[in-house]
Amino acid sequence: MHQFPYNLSELKIGDIAIIDSFTDPVMSLKLLEMGCIPGERVELVKVAPMGDPIAIHVAGYLLSLRKAEASTVLIHQIRA
Amino acid sequence: MSKNKSLTDILKVALVGNPNSGKSTLFNALTGMNQRTGNFPGVTVDKKTGRAKVRDRQGNFVREIEFIDLPGTYSLYPKSLDEKVSFEVLCDTKNEDYPDVTVVVADASNIKRNLFLVTQLIELRRPVVLVLNMVDVMEKRGTRINREKLSGLLGIPVVYANARKKIGVQELNKILAGEIPLSDKLFFALVPEKELLNSVNEIVPVSTSYAAWQLLCNYDHYTSLDPAIKSRIKKIVSEHRFDETAFQANESVMRFAEIGRIVDASVEVLDNEGETRTKKIDRVLTHPVWGYVIFLGVLFTLFQAIFFLAAFPMKWIESLFMHFSHWSSVHLPPGELSALLVNGILAGLSGVVVFVPQIALLFAFIAILEDTGYMARVSFIMDKLMRKFGLNGKSVIPLISGVACAVPAIMSTRTISNWKERMITILVTPLMSCSARLPVYTLLISLVIPSDQKFIFFNMQGFALMAMYLIGFMAALFSAWIMKFILKAREKSYFIMELPVYRAPKWSSVFYTIYEKVRVFLFDAGKVIIAISVILWVLSSHAPGKRFERIDRKYESMSKALPQKELETVKEAEKLENSYAGIIGKAIEPAIRPLGYDWKIGISLITSFAAREVFVGTMATIYSVGDKENTRSIREKMMDEKDPATGKPVYTLAVGLSLMLFYAFAMQCMSTLAVVYRETKKWKWPVIQFLYMGVLAYLSSFIVYQLLK
Repeated sequence: MHQFPYNLSELKIGDIAIIDSFTDPVMSLKLLEMGCIPGERVELVKVAPMGDPIAIHVAGYLLSLRKAEASTVLIHQIRA
Repeated sequence: MSKNKSLTDILKVALVGNPNSGKSTLFNALTGMNQRTGNFPGVTVDKKTGRAKVRDRQGNFVREIEFIDLPGTYSLYPKSLDEKVSFEVLCDTKNEDYPDVTVVVADASNIKRNLFLVTQLIELRRPVVLVLNMVDVMEKRGTRINREKLSGLLGIPVVYANARKKIGVQELNKILAGEIPLSDKLFFALVPEKELLNSVNEIVPVSTSYAAWQLLCNYDHYTSLDPAIKSRIKKIVSEHRFDETAFQANESVMRFAEIGRIVDASVEVLDNEGETRTKKIDRVLTHPVWGYVIFLGVLFTLFQAIFFLAAFPMKWIESLFMHFSHWSSVHLPPGELSALLVNGILAGLSGVVVFVPQIALLFAFIAILEDTGYMARVSFIMDKLMRKFGLNGKSVIPLISGVACAVPAIMSTRTISNWKERMITILVTPLMSCSARLPVYTLLISLVIPSDQKFIFFNMQGFALMAMYLIGFMAALFSAWIMKFILKAREKSYFIMELPVYRAPKWSSVFYTIYEKVRVFLFDAGKVIIAISVILWVLSSHAPGKRFERIDRKYESMSKALPQKELETVKEAEKLENSYAGIIGKAIEPAIRPLGYDWKIGISLITSFAAREVFVGTMATIYSVGDKENTRSIREKMMDEKDPATGKPVYTLAVGLSLMLFYAFAMQCMSTLAVVYRETKKWKWPVIQFLYMGVLAYLSSFIVYQLLK
């Protein structure tokens, strides 16, 4: 079982979550300006065929990021 | 129009926006063919500028505008070299391109994220105009934007545009020609630390408090700032314990909260059809199986195009130049100058122009792949694999294109935004077996590998050829992997990028891309190629002292004994042997002996620098084969060649393989070196490339020859 909070890299396709906070301050700046704001709803839309990177739907568009980058985004899940 | 400029001055307007916002399409629509490509000082980022004359409805000239197309950026906090260029132009008042007006191009379907940059620019209190691109498409899909409300909330003029259909261009020009109101809106409210801002203002007078915040966060990125001033700002930052990361994070959160309120008040989303269409397409194009199958299909088509389709116009260009140089040699008076023109300059020019079809075709493909949004998906499905070798998902296209020709392939690395990943791609791409190596491989394989030999079921010669391509590919990946540890990263490698919505390609922007790349190649790389071509011509057609005269006299006395044509070819061979190239070939013989080569091969190595396939022609000259196109007769001559000391054949399996490996690895292509210089803006990189590939070639040829001889 998962320990709360999840991070973004642990979502499965179709999971919807809310962004809580970030663990990497420098990485967070890039994510913030791309619209990944705490409180924003994200959906995991796609995982690349080799398992990495992933693509999320956020702020009205599709954003791709590597798993290592996604693991710095803490979330709480609202729907699987 | 800013206040202190008169109407006769050229108005400087910067175009900025997020990547994929349609900024470049708008730039093309605004400036047409009046574009120039230059460089931003000190970086490899292309600077595109273009002028337009604004006229009123009666057709009277109002004023001239110079547009500058800045690299795409998401914010005023630069994270890549491209973004740093945009940042400096927009924020550094001393920058030579500092604009009078900033036009932000925003994709209407992504309004929230696009407004981030807009609100930052507004707070610098400079004239800003927002161009909302693709609004008509959005409205058809059920999104309503209240322009008056949006313009009022931001405090700046808002123009609706569809750059693809040239909608909004006139209105934008009209606004730019007039007075642009300054917005007084604030979008984030951090408690201003008066003391901190005052001390910055004392060092560098800035007009607004946001500009002061910018200085505190980004002082290191201002090139024009004196190092002494930078260290003073640094001191203030540490004295006040100013945490710029926390500041920026807070700023972003507050800004987006405010943007959310603005968008809620002015935009109404009813439906989003474009997204569902993109989702459906993506289900196929990034599918674990079909995704790769389709990608392979795309690569196959691209490969066919630059390998086979381009061969026809290339042949026409070559024969055109051949006719022309034949015509010139007949009609020009014989002499040194005519020879220079025909064999030096004209040959060099032909060597430049011959690349144009491949460059045009490759960039047509790349422009379409970028325009439709497919390129981002290629990166998405290839990233994990390529990352292992220090490369990027986007390195795939340059590497595969390298199999046809490294010249256009290296030019296509521009799409890789990370400096280190782009450099590695540039450095290893020439290891892919290009089409110029094919004639060399064909000749050598037919020479040392018997055609009747079979490997399991396969023809051994075909197998050897395939092995050469595979060796090149492995060497490229292996070198990339090594360089991953040697090259220092200048910026963090991110893969945080938008997967844009699928769109039909825009043909005029495909055309602009082709035009631009061909022009840059002809004028920037072309100069170097022609210069080296002339040098090579001098080396192979001139000799020290009176050597050539002596040869001429010797054959004159023999002219009655032998048929004219045969005599000419033998004479030509002797001249080449005595030329500077021949002397160098003999001089390097001790160095290439351990690889199994004699001075004749040495000469070929030198002349091959013009292009690898010249090897075949040089061999024909050295072995006095009259018909240079006839590979079979060259092969027969080479097979008969005996080592004068031992009496054994020169072209043994060991020598053949050693020579093939040398051609596989060595950087013997002046055009590629010229393009690497043009793409990196430094001689350091082509030199490094020349050396590392040379060492790789020498060592592997040495080992193979010594093991097999």
